[in-house]
Amino acid sequence: MIDVIAVVLMIGGALLCLAAGIALLRFPDLLSRMHATAKPQVLGLLLILIGCGLRLRDPVDVTTLVLVAVFQLATAPVAAHMVARSAYRTHRFRADLLVVDELAPAITPAADTPAGHGPR
Amino acid sequence: MTVSGVILTVLLCAAAGLTLYRILRGPAVLDRVIATDVLLAVVVAAIAAEAAFSRDATALPVLVVLSILGFVGSVGVARLGSSTAEPDTAASAAAGQSDTDPAALNVPTHGGRS
Repeated sequence: MIDVIAVVLMIGGALLCLAAGIALLRFPDLLSRMHATAKPQVLGLLLILIGCGLRLRDPVDVTTLVLVAVFQLATAPVAAHMVARSAYRTHRFRADLLVVDELAPAITPAADTPAGHGPR
Repeated sequence: MTVSGVILTVLLCAAAGLTLYRILRGPAVLDRVIATDVLLAVVVAAIAAEAAFSRDATALPVLVVLSILGFVGSVGVARLGSSTAEPDTAASAAAGQSDTDPAALNVPTHGGRS
């Protein structure tokens, strides 16, 4: 029974990974792609690690899996923030897709790039 | 159990293939960076799934190393691999944005030739 739950959780995580792959193909813009790529990095990986822990059931292995989950939760937002900030500064996004741009008064874009292109 | 293993393998391989397509055809470096992050997550998921199906915990320290390494790589590329120069911080400092100071991260190291 526990194995069935573990397999269902792992298949859910793999489906999130597949959704991120499809989103990387079809989304038009770096920021919208980043919205989709955070899913397997956090939730999909958590589901797969929970399934792995339910399958292994050894305290040593479960603590290792918890360590991996904590590292992912701590580092994925930081990396996403750095990439998004760099993308904003170098105009690697579609400004016409933004509903509201709250960073515009706070950030001066890089001086030597032409204004707002999409992905080239 | 075998059927679920095959399903999981197919899903993860499809995700890795789509991600590799984006790495190949990403228009900018940052597109490739986020696609590489996703590929690393898929690889971590595949190793964890393999450890779960074989009930073998040998590969679990590899997951710890990978989860740190991907972060270091993407942050390094986001800081240094962006093909444009860093803007001057005078305007953002004048706007009262002292907490978002990009110069706080690249302080020049005087001397330090080790």
